[in-house]
Amino acid sequence: MHLVIVGNGIAGITAARHVRKLDASARITVVSDESDHPYSRTALMYLYMGDLQFAHTKLYEDGFWTKNRIDLVRDRVLAVDASAKTLTLRDAQPMSYDKLLIATGSVPRFAGWPGQELKGVQGFYDLQDLDRMETDTAGVRHAVVVGGGLIGVELAEMLHTRGIGVTLLVRSAWYLPAALPEEEGMMVNEHIRACGIDLRLETELAEVLPDSSGCVHAVTTSRGDTVEAQWVGIAIGVAPNVAFLKGSGIETDRGVLVDEHFQTNLPDIYAAGDCAQHRTPPPGRRPIEPLWYAGRVHGATAAFGLCGQPRAYAPGVFFNSAKFFDLEWQVYGDLNTTLAADERTLYWQHPTEDKAIRLNYTVADSARNVSSLTAVNVMGIRYRHDVCTHWIEHGTDIETVLQNLGAANFDPEFTAQHEADLVAQYNRQAGRTLTLERTRGRIRSLLALSR
Amino acid sequence: MTTAPFRLSADRPAFDQVPNYDPSLSLTGNPAYHPSTAQKVALVFVGIGALACLVGWASGSGFGGALLATVVIGFGGGGMAYAWLTYGQGHAGIQNHGIMFSAQQARGHVGWLWGILLTGLYVLVYWFPQYLTGLIAVFDPISNALGYPEGSRQWVMYGSFYSLAVGTMGVRAFLKYRHIRYQKIRTVSVVFFQLVFGYSLPYLFVLLDQPELYLHYFWPLDYDGLWPDTFGWMPMAALIFGAAMIFIGTPVLTYFFGKRWYCSWVCGCGGLAETAGDPYRHLSDKSQRAWKIERWMIHGVLAFIILTTLMLWANAQWGVLGPIATGFKKWYVFFIGLMFAGVIGVGFYPVFGSRVWCRFGCPMAAILGLQQRFFSRFRITTNGGQCISCGNCSTYCEMGIDVRWYAQRGQNIVRASCVGCGVCSAVCPRGVLSLENGPRDGRIGAPQNNLIGDLDIL
Repeated sequence: MHLVIVGNGIAGITAARHVRKLDASARITVVSDESDHPYSRTALMYLYMGDLQFAHTKLYEDGFWTKNRIDLVRDRVLAVDASAKTLTLRDAQPMSYDKLLIATGSVPRFAGWPGQELKGVQGFYDLQDLDRMETDTAGVRHAVVVGGGLIGVELAEMLHTRGIGVTLLVRSAWYLPAALPEEEGMMVNEHIRACGIDLRLETELAEVLPDSSGCVHAVTTSRGDTVEAQWVGIAIGVAPNVAFLKGSGIETDRGVLVDEHFQTNLPDIYAAGDCAQHRTPPPGRRPIEPLWYAGRVHGATAAFGLCGQPRAYAPGVFFNSAKFFDLEWQVYGDLNTTLAADERTLYWQHPTEDKAIRLNYTVADSARNVSSLTAVNVMGIRYRHDVCTHWIEHGTDIETVLQNLGAANFDPEFTAQHEADLVAQYNRQAGRTLTLERTRGRIRSLLALSR
Repeated sequence: MTTAPFRLSADRPAFDQVPNYDPSLSLTGNPAYHPSTAQKVALVFVGIGALACLVGWASGSGFGGALLATVVIGFGGGGMAYAWLTYGQGHAGIQNHGIMFSAQQARGHVGWLWGILLTGLYVLVYWFPQYLTGLIAVFDPISNALGYPEGSRQWVMYGSFYSLAVGTMGVRAFLKYRHIRYQKIRTVSVVFFQLVFGYSLPYLFVLLDQPELYLHYFWPLDYDGLWPDTFGWMPMAALIFGAAMIFIGTPVLTYFFGKRWYCSWVCGCGGLAETAGDPYRHLSDKSQRAWKIERWMIHGVLAFIILTTLMLWANAQWGVLGPIATGFKKWYVFFIGLMFAGVIGVGFYPVFGSRVWCRFGCPMAAILGLQQRFFSRFRITTNGGQCISCGNCSTYCEMGIDVRWYAQRGQNIVRASCVGCGVCSAVCPRGVLSLENGPRDGRIGAPQNNLIGDLDIL
């Protein structure tokens, strides 16, 4: 079998590695025109900030790919001929395949603003975007970043380290409203402002204004303000990178439409990662999931299908994490920012530091008589993935969770632990007298106990 | 802000092959470095300290302690002030920005010059102190107070510089990592052990006409600690303490805490690496090739010192192996004790990273590593599926461990070389890594969980 994978992001590369595990004889070719070797896309910001060099972001040493017989080809796929099972490449001769995995990721989304085509206006997704940003921000005094998502805050931090002033336009009243409840969102707002960013909430980009040479000179906002800026970063989201599939016979909507095995409408063609769109996503999941770890699960699941041992997509309990400047965030479970009717929330926030713990749970249902934990959200505190997932998966009662909450803590040794404060707050609110029985380090016994 | 640190032309050449930083001699060539006026003033003080050294060296006089005071205030005060201005303000958090553009920290011209200067100074201190007479004289007030004889006063100068470096850069490390209590306590610990056990106590012993004892060095790092000669002059109490630490203290402490209790909390070499060496920690080679070389070298040195010690005892007992045993001793002292531990181990900081000696040469680290790998409760745990493979952990590992290799698989990290500095955990932007002591069962390899569905992808 000759498997060709288009794209060397996390989805494509995870698929390649898993196909190699499942099928020692498969010929695997990964085609990408972005870079010779796969790297961590999420680390791009660290290259600009000077924390890392490109070599540091490569997922494995260069020899890994020859050792595992995964051919990395630097080229661009221009078109797919599904009937002849060949790919048209930009530089090399057409390439034939037995099976094909499309893992081309995303492209930055633009909203059609006047002036968005000006020099100095760009999105931020790949190495080439980074390179353009490096060139175009040289000598820039002030920049505008548009968008209240993770890439927006990354761009703000990147520019900030270069001494470039940043105005950040966010449509909502707080950062990341799709994922963060108001209290946490306000904490992020304040954190970003304290870092020296001009954060403008409930403000959108209206127009980008040029100077005499066709470069960006200023922007106007939906509030009628004008902000002078020599560079504008667009970070309102991404869209699947599937334009090259037009006319190939592969069904697309926003992304490549796939079933639970990541198979497209054609038997030997699969799609995974940012560019894939589930016809029927699993409960609690969105049709398109532009997340690093989702790409990994996609790639692994697709590998099983490609090797003739299909497994259904089972991503497990949702989780995510990010870092806003110096503030870390982790979430486990489906954190409803607006509570469901039978849902309650327990929220504790540190009086002076940027730290918070939130536990969401359902009210006790009559069948099981437990108040099941549904989500954990922590700011400035690290929690254990497996413990949180275990509790959420098993619908563990909130009081059991609270009494054992110390076992979920993953902060470095000697870090002040705040679980007891959360328990005390619960006791006050619920009129209970729970005590924190388990502190960290007893995870093993804990898991054995509650199984 | 004129030089773009990396560049990719419009026709997209192989990005991997383009050098992606451009360290230059100019401090302002670093686009992420914006020193304030106050920081520049602090640097002027550091410069005055350096100038005082130069004046002493050139004039051959310490000017009755005036230069010593200038050196201490310049390097110590100026350095600490600079650290406070750089790391002590605003949000606490990891600030590694601009390191890869730095001419000093990314093996640029300044780094190489600094490496050559340090290496040269070590060579002079060890073998040609007569060329440093003037610089040594700067520390005469201390040497005189101790009654230190002419001819070995370079060690007072060396110890004072060493302690000044650990103290000043210790303040820097404390402030840089001030958001992590583990780092603060650990930094205070290594600075304490250097300033007290490595500097004050030995000189106090000298003042009391006792042997100059370093109670925080044990055999085989303190390579003559178990040699027969030592038993001739060392006080019985020190001998008993040393032996107890080698045969009981070391294995017991390592069983409970890993080798970190020594390497990154107590040891003087580790103390210098964790403080003065912190700006260079990312320079250590993470390749598998380096790891292979490391394992042969460090265990080779361990075998060398064990063999040498055994031969010296055989010689002392039965008078056999005379010239061979003394030959081994001579070569160990020269190549390992002086060349490797001193000249290369510290001089090469700005080129090969801060833990060259600890990683490739230290026989104590080798013993502790074997205990850590096979008998200890210590491991670095990884946090489920949160790893984004960004590479910060591996890059900032001073011991050259490819931490990410484990983290992206969700595996515990149990490596002989890990000194438990905790910086991988500190620089991780997703909270994936933590140092832990726990039950030894199943600590090696992947945790038995399948967090994301039933796929074995972690």
